[in-house]
Amino acid sequence: MDTHPPSQTPAVSVRISADPIDGEALVRRVAGPAEGAVILFLGTVRDHNLERAVIRLDYEAYEPMALRELETVCAEAGKRFGLSRVAAVHRIGSLEPGQTSLGVAVSSPHRDAAYRASRWIVEEVKRRLPVWKREAYADGTDRWLAGRPASATRGAAP
Amino acid sequence: MTRAAAEGTLTVEVRFFAVLRDLAGSERWELELPSGATVADLLARLGEEIPGLPGGLAVAVGLEYAGPGRVLETGDEVALIPPVSGG
Repeated sequence: MDTHPPSQTPAVSVRISADPIDGEALVRRVAGPAEGAVILFLGTVRDHNLERAVIRLDYEAYEPMALRELETVCAEAGKRFGLSRVAAVHRIGSLEPGQTSLGVAVSSPHRDAAYRASRWIVEEVKRRLPVWKREAYADGTDRWLAGRPASATRGAAP
Repeated sequence: MTRAAAEGTLTVEVRFFAVLRDLAGSERWELELPSGATVADLLARLGEEIPGLPGGLAVAVGLEYAGPGRVLETGDEVALIPPVSGG
């Protein structure tokens, strides 16, 4: 018996976490012998934004809702792109440049679906998750980033 | 836990995040509204109580995005979602 029949919802594993994100652990969650493609996306903190030197980013989430939205996005991607498995983590708390704020791993029998699904998930996360970041600069100031209006509506397929 | 609402009213818990928490000066408010009040009514009321409350806010009721016409009930947790910047 096939353990991942295509008619079923793909296995989805999501977390909102204050711990560092382990990309290899995400890959291990989605990889398998039937999957010809595994894509890992890591979003990392840049040391510059709008020509200002960034020393720290503080991420805040409406945690129970962010978790729920992340699960919805990943499950939706799984169905839409025919993925086998999806694992995603959004970091909260204080991050320094170079650290990972978002990790998304997807697996699929075919690479085209995996590439498209990875991109779609990241864009939906940025549109839908109730998450905010406050940027701290080298000159000692900090501010909430402007962000974009949250949207519950589905994005178009890429 | 919200108090039982007086007759003809409902009581919700409003959550504020990020820039809105700074603006409201608090993480959560208990707010009494007339029975039958909607998300739009709540936003109008908060607009009166919080000077400088920006437009373009999304609202979640019970952890799900809700439109302006959503009717509120006593005990609802209503979150004001300022523009997001996750990822």
